[in-house]
Amino acid sequence: MAGSTPASATASAVAGAARRPPVTPTAEAWRRFRKHRLAVVSGVLLAIMILGVLLGPWLWRVPIDEIDFTARLQGPSWAHPFGTDDLGQDLLARVLYGGRISLAVGFAAMGVAVTLGVLVGATAGMSRGPVDAALMWLTDLFLSLPQLPLLLLIIYLFRDGLAKVVGQELGVFLMIVVVIGLFNWMQVARLVRAQFFSLREKEFVEAARALGASRPRIVIQHILPNALGPVIVAASIDVAAAILAESTLSFLGLGFPPDTPTWGRLLFDAKDNLDFAPHWAIFPGLAIFLTVLTINFVGDGLRDALDPRRVQ
Amino acid sequence: MTQYLLRRLLIASPSLLGISVILFTVLALAPGDPFEELATNPAIPPEVRMALRASLGIDDPVHIRYFRWLTAMFQGNWGFSFVSRVDVDQLILQRLPVTLVIIGASQLLALAIALPVGIMSATRPYSIFDQVANTLAFVGFSLPTFFTGLLLILFFSIHLDWLPFVYRAQIDATGWQWWWTHIKQSIMPITVLGLFQGAAWTRFVRSAVLDVVRLDHVTTARAKGIPERSVINRHVVRNALIPVVTLVALQMPAVFGGAIVTEQIFRVPGIGSLLISAVLANDTPVIMAVTFVFACLVIFFNLLADVIYGWLDPRISYS
Repeated sequence: MAGSTPASATASAVAGAARRPPVTPTAEAWRRFRKHRLAVVSGVLLAIMILGVLLGPWLWRVPIDEIDFTARLQGPSWAHPFGTDDLGQDLLARVLYGGRISLAVGFAAMGVAVTLGVLVGATAGMSRGPVDAALMWLTDLFLSLPQLPLLLLIIYLFRDGLAKVVGQELGVFLMIVVVIGLFNWMQVARLVRAQFFSLREKEFVEAARALGASRPRIVIQHILPNALGPVIVAASIDVAAAILAESTLSFLGLGFPPDTPTWGRLLFDAKDNLDFAPHWAIFPGLAIFLTVLTINFVGDGLRDALDPRRVQ
Repeated sequence: MTQYLLRRLLIASPSLLGISVILFTVLALAPGDPFEELATNPAIPPEVRMALRASLGIDDPVHIRYFRWLTAMFQGNWGFSFVSRVDVDQLILQRLPVTLVIIGASQLLALAIALPVGIMSATRPYSIFDQVANTLAFVGFSLPTFFTGLLLILFFSIHLDWLPFVYRAQIDATGWQWWWTHIKQSIMPITVLGLFQGAAWTRFVRSAVLDVVRLDHVTTARAKGIPERSVINRHVVRNALIPVVTLVALQMPAVFGGAIVTEQIFRVPGIGSLLISAVLANDTPVIMAVTFVFACLVIFFNLLADVIYGWLDPRISYS
């Protein structure tokens, strides 16, 4: 999805750029980002949700695993704003705690994916011939892998072994982050390679080379900063994709251990009680939906702000 | 045409081999012993277990095991399900048609949404319709399939009681009744998958049409006095579909992922739910085989995309 759309429908074209006094690239990007109203609203919403998830457990001090059989499967009330589950555990506390895991997985997996993608893309973009061809073949191969079945297979095979080494929760976290990252770097690699191909022939790179800059210096100081715009856009999409992937795994009952309430896991537990406790499914589902939606909108705004194709 | 297909197949086969290497590596690197089940079974003495190991060549070097595994896969010898005591290929053949029907129907639904909406949006860019469609598309592909599925069940099965939420393979009725029951229980899985894909594709179609609409040949067609309708249908859409086909082919792994989730929610007896139940039951041969089938399906759809590509763009010659 990333990088395929030139402009969004909800932003207007940039006009009259020539008459303004010179501005820094950051200010220019911010100015263009602000024009995308939905992206700004989403950014604010996303910030509120991240803050809520980070600070929420300090403000809402109900423990996530307090079992109270007198308050089973209750709908939303003042005592339990999101209701309770079949053991009488408070769902607001569990949604807040699950949000920490989902967001942590999302950002960490994005980090893995972007690092891998930049490494592969930069290597392919700087080398011609067989190395480039081999890396691109690998990228295409990964793009045609059936991701969810492989994710399930890997987690099924490695879960117990890793849990023994670093502990249940951390093991699952590390594995999910690495594996999701491993299946999401391809777009970034393609973007970075394409950017490198056009940038490495530019005059300023030639000038740096003429001045005797080493190859790593040229890549890190001169090419990479100019190639980052599309990478940031793709990275934001990757966060959303990783959150969705983690929730999917948990929803299938194959992600985090059952006592860890991630959003997907809450939905998994709720799905058999839909007819008499719909609130149990709706709040975590809405949390996933809103997070992914706002991240996608912010990514769209970033695309408008950073896409070099829009800079004339 | 045949030659073209053969050549594409030749190009596709290294990917298939690559996938098989990845699959095998994952399996070979995995900790644990596939014979753990037997080791804990008191009815099987250790000598028998060792003999079994030797006869299956588990202690051979990795590359030999890989080639043996690969030839067995190609000969259709996919092993024996630990749980259901049936040959894996039979199990998969039994369940594949349902999956293909659900995926196929949902793709058609996605196309039926994405094409008209995307073209309408692109021909009236930045209009109210475009903005509403764009926002809805964002909502559509941000809604995870498992949440849409639960919402649909909540509304249509529990609240309204119109549609069944458990898919039944065995239906006693015959004739129209049989068709009607099947259609009724397929509506929700197909809708869930179709809406998700349709939302993503709408954006592909819109941006592709936007790119083509500005080209000179479209202006020429208008200048010749061709009605707007046929300009769009014959001069714009056909060209715009070329990049869309590529993007759709790239989306196939995501489509199969969505299908697995959907089958699990509605308990559709396809290979997706087979995969999940196999993972939960530690049924390794089935997991491997289903993953391999999904990989083959992805490659097959990429091949299909290549053929459609050649049909849409006559500049790509088949010879």
